[in-house]
Amino acid sequence: MSLFLIAALPFLGAVFPALLIRAGRNASSASAGATTFLALLGLLVNAPAVFRGEVVTARFDWLPGLGLNANFYLDGLGFLFAGMILGIGLLIILYARFYLSREDPMGQFYTYLLLFQGAMVGIVLSDNILLLLIFWELTSLSSFLLIGYWKHLPAGRQGARMALAVTGSGGLAMIAGMLILGNIVGSYDLTVILQNKELIQASPYYMPALILILIGAFTKSAQFPFHFWLPHAMAAPTPVSAYLHSATMVKAGLFLMARMWPVLAGTDAWFYIVATTGLITMLLGAVIALFKDDLKALLAFSTVSHLGLITMLLGFGTKFAAVVAVFHIINHATFKAALFMSAGIVDHETHTRDIKRLGGLRHLMPVTFIIATVASLSMAGIPPLNGFLSKEMMLDAAVHTTWLNSPYLVPGVVLIAALFSAAYSFRYIAHVFLGPVRDDYPAKPHDPGVGMWLAPAFLVTLVVLIGLFSSAIVGPLVAVASGAVIGGEKLPYYSLKIWHGFNAALYMSIVATIGAVILLAMHGRFERVWNALPRPEAKVIFDAVIGCLTATSRKITEGLHNRSMARYSAIFVVFVVSLAGYGYYTGTDSVPTRIGIEAGVMPIIGWICLMGATICLVVFHHNRFVSLVLVGVVGLIISIGFNYLSAPDLALTQISVEVVTIILLLLALNFMPKETPWETTNERRFRDVIIAGISGLGVGGLIYALMMRDFAFPTISEFHLANSYKGGGGTNVVNVILVDFRGFDTFGEIIVLGIAALVIYALTEAVLGTRVRAYLLNRKPDMPQSGDAHPLMMVVVTRVMMPIALMVAAYIFFRGHNLPGGGFIAGLIAAIAFIMQYMASGFSWAAERQKVFYHGIIGSGVLIAAITGMGAWLNGKPFLTSDFGYIHWPPLEEFEWATAMGFDLGVFLAVVGAVMLALESLSRFAWQPGIASEHAMDINPARDDEDTEEKKEV
Amino acid sequence: MEFLLASAVGMLTAAGVYLLLRRRTFPVIVGISLLSYAVNVFLFATGRLALNAPPVLNKYADVPYTDPLPQALVLTAIVISFGMTAVVVMIALSAYLSSQNDRIDMSENTGDDV
Repeated sequence: MSLFLIAALPFLGAVFPALLIRAGRNASSASAGATTFLALLGLLVNAPAVFRGEVVTARFDWLPGLGLNANFYLDGLGFLFAGMILGIGLLIILYARFYLSREDPMGQFYTYLLLFQGAMVGIVLSDNILLLLIFWELTSLSSFLLIGYWKHLPAGRQGARMALAVTGSGGLAMIAGMLILGNIVGSYDLTVILQNKELIQASPYYMPALILILIGAFTKSAQFPFHFWLPHAMAAPTPVSAYLHSATMVKAGLFLMARMWPVLAGTDAWFYIVATTGLITMLLGAVIALFKDDLKALLAFSTVSHLGLITMLLGFGTKFAAVVAVFHIINHATFKAALFMSAGIVDHETHTRDIKRLGGLRHLMPVTFIIATVASLSMAGIPPLNGFLSKEMMLDAAVHTTWLNSPYLVPGVVLIAALFSAAYSFRYIAHVFLGPVRDDYPAKPHDPGVGMWLAPAFLVTLVVLIGLFSSAIVGPLVAVASGAVIGGEKLPYYSLKIWHGFNAALYMSIVATIGAVILLAMHGRFERVWNALPRPEAKVIFDAVIGCLTATSRKITEGLHNRSMARYSAIFVVFVVSLAGYGYYTGTDSVPTRIGIEAGVMPIIGWICLMGATICLVVFHHNRFVSLVLVGVVGLIISIGFNYLSAPDLALTQISVEVVTIILLLLALNFMPKETPWETTNERRFRDVIIAGISGLGVGGLIYALMMRDFAFPTISEFHLANSYKGGGGTNVVNVILVDFRGFDTFGEIIVLGIAALVIYALTEAVLGTRVRAYLLNRKPDMPQSGDAHPLMMVVVTRVMMPIALMVAAYIFFRGHNLPGGGFIAGLIAAIAFIMQYMASGFSWAAERQKVFYHGIIGSGVLIAAITGMGAWLNGKPFLTSDFGYIHWPPLEEFEWATAMGFDLGVFLAVVGAVMLALESLSRFAWQPGIASEHAMDINPARDDEDTEEKKEV
Repeated sequence: MEFLLASAVGMLTAAGVYLLLRRRTFPVIVGISLLSYAVNVFLFATGRLALNAPPVLNKYADVPYTDPLPQALVLTAIVISFGMTAVVVMIALSAYLSSQNDRIDMSENTGDDV
């Protein structure tokens, strides 16, 4: 199966559980399981190739210019991790089916789980580091959803936030590190990067890149000092903890370190940062774990400790240690997932996770007891289980490590950590399952159904089998995965077996085990001492830091924003103006190269009108009707100006938009106050005049300077002029640009226009659904109303005008390709023709005669434009490539057809629909009972007589 | 001619910004309209001014043409700015009808100033 499909399957499958939950919990979980199983199968199909030492790749160039390619590759390391993610994922899906209660929204759970799974698979299969980063962030996001799955629990929400904050910010650091790395090598493909060890380690940017990448890996893998989020993430449902916090998410950091090992490892910096961090984390996690009373907290800190162990091994930088790290990753995943699941079973059956309230469960829950015991003993490193094997090898690696000339430091610390590790493992058995049976459990404990213990039982079977027959079962896997970690070089000598003879590692193991038993026997005494010691509480520190950041940002925000929009606008304008001013004063000026056009008398008159209207507009803006009239004047002069300056299309568009806009504003003004009150101080007005004046001077000066100079670079307009007729079949270049050269832009624009109209419609619906409706129905007009709402003259004239206006629209539309006009302008003219009817005869009259909904017109417009664009595919050309030809029907003059015409028709319809929907929505506000005139166009004198006669009778 | 146009754009911008800084919805909307005019004319003018040179190809004579590209961009900008104005008008109207108040700031205290 292609790697694309393996990576995409969980994402595609994520839809099903959420949908199928309506068919029941079994259907939902089965769909999640089936998806995972398929992906796993697809992975296994590739297994023979991987074990032959081949690298399976799937490449797809997405944005090669940016180095962003959707490239995947599968080598031993990727295979190991993908297998773990999908395999344990399958077990978790089974386990969660029985773990989650009836109240939990199971569909959501599986959807989140599959999203997470897909992101994880994406990380381990990515060949491109940018792609890897995307998946990396996706795991942070999806794990946030999973940890906070129990939304009603404050601890869950806080834990989720903390995990997101820590791993998310680590991810940001890693993005920076990865970009630096990609820059050093000149490629973002991992396969290329991994072959450039010398180049990377010689670069002066090696250190920054290393530190940033390690921050990302350490936060994800809960390494000291970022380890604190993991215990808090235990508020998640246990299946999530078992999945994310044993086998997958926390291993992502390890995966990354292993992946980058060939190029980043081997330096002193790597050794001292990574190995030391791992060592500290290992010891700290083990010590804290021993004193945790919450079962899951104990396991969480033990996970922290084991992650530290693996980090340390990777940090050693030797090939042998890398092999051990890989082996321990496998072993840890098996026993830790089983342990989490067994803890979940205990919690599920006894309703508590507090070790102090448990004990003696071995008689009540024998199956769980066996599972938990085997897994714990493996974690403690007791032969013949798999944990023992990797621990021996780890001790062996530690013994041969010198830290700052001291050969004893690393082995010493590791021994203590191993001792505590064994102690908390024994404690998990002793304090939960051994001891006397109690009678005060919160619930009556008994073994769960087979569905719940099957998954952990399978895992502990693996624990035993790997322990006994390690080289047969996981030997090849360890070999190919380690081979990938060390960069395809020859594997060092190692042997996966229980008995290595009497060596230092064995003695250390024995000491640790005996010490652990003694430590556990004196646990009560140590615990009192531990509880008396002052310890920094990570959550308090974290909350304080976050609180501090929030307070600072709030202070800044509130300093800038006082909920007054005028102030935001002022800040914005001042900022932009200062930016421009800075640009002006630091830039260089050139001399004008163009000679201006002599201005005639008419332009000067127009200019005086425009300036006068604008000044009056500002001065008299308190009277809103006057300001509307003046806006109309300004728009009119601008239209004339466009026409004068060789832009007939713009002139036509501007003038028709002007009409529609003014009608819209008039309609709105009908419901709003007609005056703007004087409420600002003189100082403020003065300040605003200054701001406005400077902006105006700046913009005016800029455009003047621009117009007086020639183009700095050759423009692309020549191309359009040269190809408009040859390539687009039209002589109106502006129209050809709209429907052909830049048709995609126009297509987007009509969609935006349609969306704007729909927003207006939705807003109207929403507002009319509130008490505003009652207000509008009882509203008394605040201005004298015309005695005749539908003047006869106007009704007759608009009715007569309608066909003429539509004909003009059609004319403008058809000639658009060759002469000024086109879909936009024709659409506006047609819309105006319809609006005239609304104005003359009233909304109700027009609405009754409206046969097609405007939504449909917008939609059909967009569809027609899209279908015309897709028509080009039939010719094997890209979307929106236009075609044209000439037709000659004898009596008529030869005329041209072009597919662009179909596109323009779409534009036309979308514009008509959008304008009409906007104005119609607005006019619905005006509806009141009885407003509809029965005889909107009544020119029957007889009826008038009847009316008068009726009145006389009354 | 260039000076006339530049000063008009400057004037429209200044008036637009001034009205934008008012505290009621209606003048702000009018201010946005004026700013749209200014921006559209500005963009149009980046193609440089020309008289009697519309970008409509003449099959029979070799005549100069002005730059068609800014015109095409401005044409859609005019239509889109109508859509934007309509949405803003609708929001302003809905806000006014819902709160019986057409102030654009959210502060309870009507007297506070910047």
